[in-house]
Amino acid sequence: MSMVERVSHDVLVIGAGGAGLRAAIAAAATGARVGLVCKSLLGKAHTVMAEGGMAAAMGHVDDRDNWRVHFADTMRGGQYMNNWRMAELHAKEAPDRVRELEAWGAVFDRTADGRILQRNFGGHRYPRLAHVGDRTGLEMIRTLQDHAIHQGIDVHMEVTVVRLLMDGGRVAGVLAYDRERGRFKVFSCGAVVLATGGVGRAFKITSNSWEYTADGQALAYEAGAELMDMEFVQFHPTGMVWPPSVKGILVTEGVRGEGGVLRNSQGKRFMFDDIPENYRNQTADSEEEGWRYTQGDKSARRPPELLTRDHVARCIQREVREGRGSPHGGVYLDIAWIKERIPKAQDHIKKKLPSMYHQFMQLANIDITTTPMEVGPTTHYIMGGIRVDGDSQMSTVPGLFAAGECAAGLHGANRLGGNSLSDLLVFGKRAGEYAARFAAEHPGATVSNSEVDGAVAAALSPFERAGSAEQPYRIQHELQDLMQDLVGIVRKEEEMRRALDALQGLKARARDVGVAGNREYNPGWHTALDLANLLTISEAIALAAVERKESRGGHFRDDYPDKDSNYAKFNIVMRKGSGGEMELERRPIPPLPQELAGIIEEQKS
Amino acid sequence: MTATTFRIWRGEKGNGAFADYTADITEGMVVLDAMHQIQADNANDLAIRWNCKAGKCGSCSAEINGMPKLMCMTRMDELPTDKPITVEPMRAFPHIRDLVTDVSWNFEVKKRIKKFTPRPPDAPDGTWRMVQEDVDRVQEFRKCIECFLCQDVCHVLRDHHKHDEFIGPRYFVYSAALEMHPLDTADRLKDLKEDQAIGYCNITKCCTKVCPEHITITDNAIIPLKERVVDEFYDPLMKLVRLVRGKPRS
Repeated sequence: MSMVERVSHDVLVIGAGGAGLRAAIAAAATGARVGLVCKSLLGKAHTVMAEGGMAAAMGHVDDRDNWRVHFADTMRGGQYMNNWRMAELHAKEAPDRVRELEAWGAVFDRTADGRILQRNFGGHRYPRLAHVGDRTGLEMIRTLQDHAIHQGIDVHMEVTVVRLLMDGGRVAGVLAYDRERGRFKVFSCGAVVLATGGVGRAFKITSNSWEYTADGQALAYEAGAELMDMEFVQFHPTGMVWPPSVKGILVTEGVRGEGGVLRNSQGKRFMFDDIPENYRNQTADSEEEGWRYTQGDKSARRPPELLTRDHVARCIQREVREGRGSPHGGVYLDIAWIKERIPKAQDHIKKKLPSMYHQFMQLANIDITTTPMEVGPTTHYIMGGIRVDGDSQMSTVPGLFAAGECAAGLHGANRLGGNSLSDLLVFGKRAGEYAARFAAEHPGATVSNSEVDGAVAAALSPFERAGSAEQPYRIQHELQDLMQDLVGIVRKEEEMRRALDALQGLKARARDVGVAGNREYNPGWHTALDLANLLTISEAIALAAVERKESRGGHFRDDYPDKDSNYAKFNIVMRKGSGGEMELERRPIPPLPQELAGIIEEQKS
Repeated sequence: MTATTFRIWRGEKGNGAFADYTADITEGMVVLDAMHQIQADNANDLAIRWNCKAGKCGSCSAEINGMPKLMCMTRMDELPTDKPITVEPMRAFPHIRDLVTDVSWNFEVKKRIKKFTPRPPDAPDGTWRMVQEDVDRVQEFRKCIECFLCQDVCHVLRDHHKHDEFIGPRYFVYSAALEMHPLDTADRLKDLKEDQAIGYCNITKCCTKVCPEHITITDNAIIPLKERVVDEFYDPLMKLVRLVRGKPRS
């Protein structure tokens, strides 16, 4: 068998963003031996880029808030495609998870009476997001990181997993390589928690970092786990559009939560033109009422800029398409205007949105306290992912758990801003605890040497084709153009069919990809290995998107622009068939228990 | 579009040389964009560490024309292009390959600092009360993205290699965030004086100058910690006098 280093843990967590760190902490708290593998350095995962806050119905700013309202908001935002059990647990447990962070040293912004401050966000009825300016993700990851390093967890930095290793039907370990030396490591363990985040690098314009190459989704799929809701990709309405090199970088929804407004090239607040029926009761009638809402007036309703992300993104797309966009193909997001309403507005903006101020000043030479920003949609998040049990977060493969963005269910067809950070904490903790329990109750899994040898050989094969005309970056760029153009924010059957054909071509070329150089810290090689994951999951997204012949949440079809109640009854589930083909199934959504159905009814008014 | 020459340090484990590459520069580009272009077109195996490309993760630290900077936040139009732009790895840490260094020492240092230790909760529901004014200064320190540029530029580490005795500006900021946290009850002053050698810092403020988050490292973190150490260990009489006069500790 090849020269590989061997490591053994009870629970192995893959990914060290919010979900992975929280899972590792929870597993370690049970006494399990825990390993934490991260693709980058500790503390650099994509969670660090989250800006606005984490949603938890603590009711510090508006005491009408409670878990029932949060549950109903999450289900409404998700167009009732959600795993309702996850939405229930999330709404109930998020407040405790936020308070726990404070006990571990997080320093949130404060209310006047010294409690954790909460801010407005799209789709949330009351101010609900605990936050630290616009750098909440950094606060969260640093707090978890600084707590985790004292919990006896073995951290393996800059290590990438290439294969889940199986024993019979269950997980027995993983094969990984370290970036620094390019050496392989076999981790054997009783349970694996996938917390690898999203898939944004399959698209050209994205807010996601390089790590987001669909690793967890693809690893789980190859191991036989089911994926669900892959057609639901969230395009965040406000990414930077200029200059070209920063296109896609996120502009937090917090700008709109603090009173920022969207205008087209005619200066019109176009969001008032199109308010969905199921949000009409909750949306302001006038600009005046919307402003009062952002300033904490409890009798006012929210401005239409704070409708859900899927809707706002499509309205922006429409303005641009119909010729009312800004010079660089976006619309205007204006926070500077609040100087007409409040004294010392410049200082206020810098205090509430320091990263945004800094980001625009440094990257675009724009002072957001005096000048409107240009923004447009950017690929941000995937609601779909690995199908898991709502309570335990175990996938359909025994011993394989998933939490955070790589798991499906909580967000349905569209995620509300702020529900991701709380998702990471609530379900990271659950996944860690249940994984530790599974490992304790199911000892004795063993890794097969022949499986390791085969996987090592496959991972090294790009070096054998060093002279190949196919190089990894070029294929990745072509994939990104393809997904952006043909499976992006507005979809059509014919275009997606073309994308599926083209994906087969890219897959064939990826099998011939060659890399030069040696195994030490060689990004060309890393990209070649990531490519397989991106291609598999891109195909899953396109296939599911073809299957759903309606428009719902993040999934918008130009050829089927309306919601279709027949499609409200099922999730699209995918798995790897026995012949290696992608199998697809319409899986009925289980009926809501009476209590939860009652909450949704009561919150409709 | 203008073709610009980059002189990039290439090699392994400290052995290497500068190699010249050309990139096409368009409006708004940053140095990391140019590195990616070179990597994609001419040097697939060029080792770079980066993640977010938005100045939030602190991964792409390097020395650009000799200055420690984040590659993703250094705009091309702020650099002179009449001569080659040099891009080198950080020099205060062991070299791995090309622009990537081994920064694991930093993670080991952090583990040695006493962890956050809160006072008992203020309210029966297990929560605390803190007012914004009391958390403002801690929030400044918590903006740190751990890019380690301050460690790179600190002469105690860079020139004198005191990595075994001295923890560097990043961990003085970290210690200050804990020491000034309204809820924290642990005492780190003895460690700062003895095991972490805060006395080696002679406040040249190089760290403050390179901080991409504009944290006033020297004035707001290091100097107050030095004063606390002095108060605690060197000047019990003056400490008493100040107590009587009611002059608050820093």
